Order: sequence, then C-alpha cells, then structure tokens
Amino acid sequence: MTEMVVEASKAIALAAKLCRPKVIPMYPITPQTHIVENLAEIINNGELDAEIIHAESEHSACSALLGAQASGIRTFSATASQGLALMFEVLPIVAGNRMPCVMAVANRALSAPINIWNDHSDAVSVRDQGWIQIYVESTQEAIDTLIQLYRVCESKEVMLPGMLCIDGFTLSHVYERAFVPDQSEVDEFLPEYKPLNILDPANPITMGPIAFPNSYMEFKKMQHEAMLLAKKEIEKANQEFGKKFGRKYGNGLIETYRMEDAKYAIIGMGTLIGTARTVVDKLREKKKKVGLIKLRSLRPFPDEKLRKAIEGLKGLAVIDRHISVGYEGPLYTDLRSAFYGSKLTLSNYIAGLGGRDITAAHIEKVFIDLMNGKSGGWLL
Amino acid sequence: MAKSTCGKDKMEFTIGAVIKDPGSTIKNKTGGWRSFRPIIDQTKCVKCGNCWVFCPDNSIKKNEDGTFSIDYDYCKGCGICANECPLKAIRMETESK
Repeated sequence: MTEMVVEASKAIALAAKLCRPKVIPMYPITPQTHIVENLAEIINNGELDAEIIHAESEHSACSALLGAQASGIRTFSATASQGLALMFEVLPIVAGNRMPCVMAVANRALSAPINIWNDHSDAVSVRDQGWIQIYVESTQEAIDTLIQLYRVCESKEVMLPGMLCIDGFTLSHVYERAFVPDQSEVDEFLPEYKPLNILDPANPITMGPIAFPNSYMEFKKMQHEAMLLAKKEIEKANQEFGKKFGRKYGNGLIETYRMEDAKYAIIGMGTLIGTARTVVDKLREKKKKVGLIKLRSLRPFPDEKLRKAIEGLKGLAVIDRHISVGYEGPLYTDLRSAFYGSKLTLSNYIAGLGGRDITAAHIEKVFIDLMNGKSGGWLL
Repeated sequence: MAKSTCGKDKMEFTIGAVIKDPGSTIKNKTGGWRSFRPIIDQTKCVKCGNCWVFCPDNSIKKNEDGTFSIDYDYCKGCGICANECPLKAIRMETESK
C-alpha cells in the first residue's frame, strides 16, 4: 500500500490500473478528462498492458466498451454530463447483454445553460438503464469502491455493468491524502474476470438477438432480479474489502453517521456528506440529536437497509443534487416510496445544481428547518 | 434459467439472451407475418433471376431445373419480387384468399 497526496482523478486511474482492464475506450469531457489522461500516461509508460481506443464520440466509446467486454476481457472508461447523455442509447444495451463493464462518471450538470460543474443530473437521469450506481464521498472511497465494483459487477449472480459516480470538480479535481493498494493485494481481492460468454469467431454464438413480445419481459425480469441480488454482493465486497484493507463504508449500500439516538437526519449522496459530517458534529456538541445517512448505492436501491436506518427518527431531510423537472427530487421520490406507511416526516431540498456550493450554513439551515417542522425547498 | 410463461413456446432464457446453438433464424419461421403472398406464373417466367437477386430475405429459391420458387416459411410478402419482375410473372394475392 502506498500513501500519497493525489488528485481523485489520478487516484481513480491508478485504481483502474490495479484492476487490469485490457481495453479502455475513451472520449474526453470535463470534468472526467484527467482520469483517462492519467490512464493514457500509465499505458504509455508501460505500466499497464491495455489498449486505448480513441473514440470519435461517447456513443462510440460506450459501444467499444461493450464490444471489447464481449470478447471476454475487462474494460474501463469514464465520462460525464452530455457525454453520458450521448452514451444513453448504448447504456441499456450493455446492461441487457449482461456485460459487467465498469465506468467512472464525474457527475456534471446537463446543458442548457451550459455548465461544467457538479450536480447529479447526468447519472440520476440514467439510473433506470440497468447499471449499478455507487456514489462516493472521498478519493479513498473512490479508489476502494472502484476495485469493489469490478468484483460486484462480475460476480456470477450479477453480471451487470456499474458506474462509479464521483462529484465533478468537488471530488474529481481535489487533492487528498489516500492509500493506493499494491497490485498483489488487489490481485488477491479481485479474481480474474470469468466471462459467461465470449465473442469468438472459432466458437460462434449470437449476442444481442431480437427478443419477441413472448420473451422480452422474461429477460428484463432476469436483469431486475440480478440487480436485486447485487445488493448482497455490494455488502459482501465491502465486508471482505474491509477485512483485507481495513477500510469499510457502512454496510456498502448505505453509511450512517451518528445515527444511534438521532431524532433528525439528513440523507444525500456524494461530497455533500463530508460537509454534513462537520455540521452534525457541531450540532451534536450543542446536544442536538442529529445524524446523517449517506446513500452509496442508488441502484440497486437499498430500501430495507434504509427502513432500518430511520428507526427512531422523527424527521429526515432529503438533499437532491438533481431535480425531476415538474415534480421533485428523484431521491426524495424513491425514499417516500421506501418509507410508505411510516410516520417519519420527510422533506426535500434541491441543492448544488450546476456546481452551486452546498455550504455548512445550508446544511445547518436544513437541520434547523427539520427541528422546527418546516418543509423543504431550494437551497439557493 | 427462467421458464417461459407466455404461450406454448418452449424457450430457454439465457443470461444476456445469448444464443449458443446456431440456426435459430431457421427454426423461427417468420412467414406468418405475411399478408400478401407472391405467386410465380411459371409460364411467363424466363428464369432471369431478378426476383432472386432482389429478395431481401433470401426467400426465393433457385431450383435445379433453373426455375425459381418461393419459400413461404420465411417470405414476408413485401412484394419487391413482383415489383422487380420485368415480365410481371409474379402476382401478389392476399393471404385471406
């Protein structure tokens, strides 16, 4: 294990390298570019035996990801914002073909107005396309989760693609202290990829055939069931990673902070959690019974774990870094559904769109609103 | 592996819908989609093979004696053969006839 001060993007490139992908299709887009730039350098230095495909668009990059993975190897790519939007057509094809591709998404707002800064509108908008989505808070968590994600996606029960979602700039461009595992340690944790099927001219098979109305639903149901089974695999990977490397992130699906006797709590995803931790500490010093829930896995959605986490709570504020235009924050919708029938008071805050800072003052205001029984709104 | 719950079809549901045994497009007869049936008038046909060239679904068969016939198991009745036949030796009849 090597301790270093490293930019999160570079750390993700280093972690990807440790997972030994053989093909890395790439198309640059801010704020993801440093990830693939670093990988290009790593390959150029002869530190990783992998092929780069410079695609002419993200649509092509994602198609190449699928094709390369179909040939029976491990792949990696990264994208953001409009890039992910351009990949949309291919995303459900990767998932439907049950190809465990892994990709980093440096979450960035969608145009228009054009904006290169962070929110979750890109990834959350594609959450229904069959990719596992894990949102992380720090450089260290990004490194560790990427390694775990390969194991989860490639597990026999799952065989689904996965996105490592990191906040653009707020995490992607931040320098932090981090521990990068050694190759031998990762090799022990992450077994060699065993594809279910290989696209091989010597042994021809058909991948991606048409499914008529008499069979499409069954395939979709199998995909859904695999995604539900991924919950167990995410927990298992987190647990075993913790045993080997000494770092764990809650139960893998969610992580709670000072929730033991909490009456009021905030739930969110990504870097806002780091800010919220300090606010929770500050309010705890003032004897306020407040806590924090970090949602790591948006899909699969850990509804049972969340129901357990809110036991004893009076109020929960949901901070969404995305707005389902015309309704409400999508995380809020998911949580209201998960908590249907409970007496918990839920409120929804839309925050941090297009890179707007979510400050400690914002988080404190949310807690004060919660304790005063006020409903949510926009944190402008 | 899931089992079919729809109709009488016996199907195998592989992960990712992969087909491991070749020939599924032969087993799956698609002629049932047809609403117009091409019929070759062999007395007008001069065996030029235009229909065979133009058929987008490989449903015109070349016989040993040089004549052509239609494979109704897969012909979807698009009518391209009838349109392309220089002697109008192929007519399209509705399947309801």
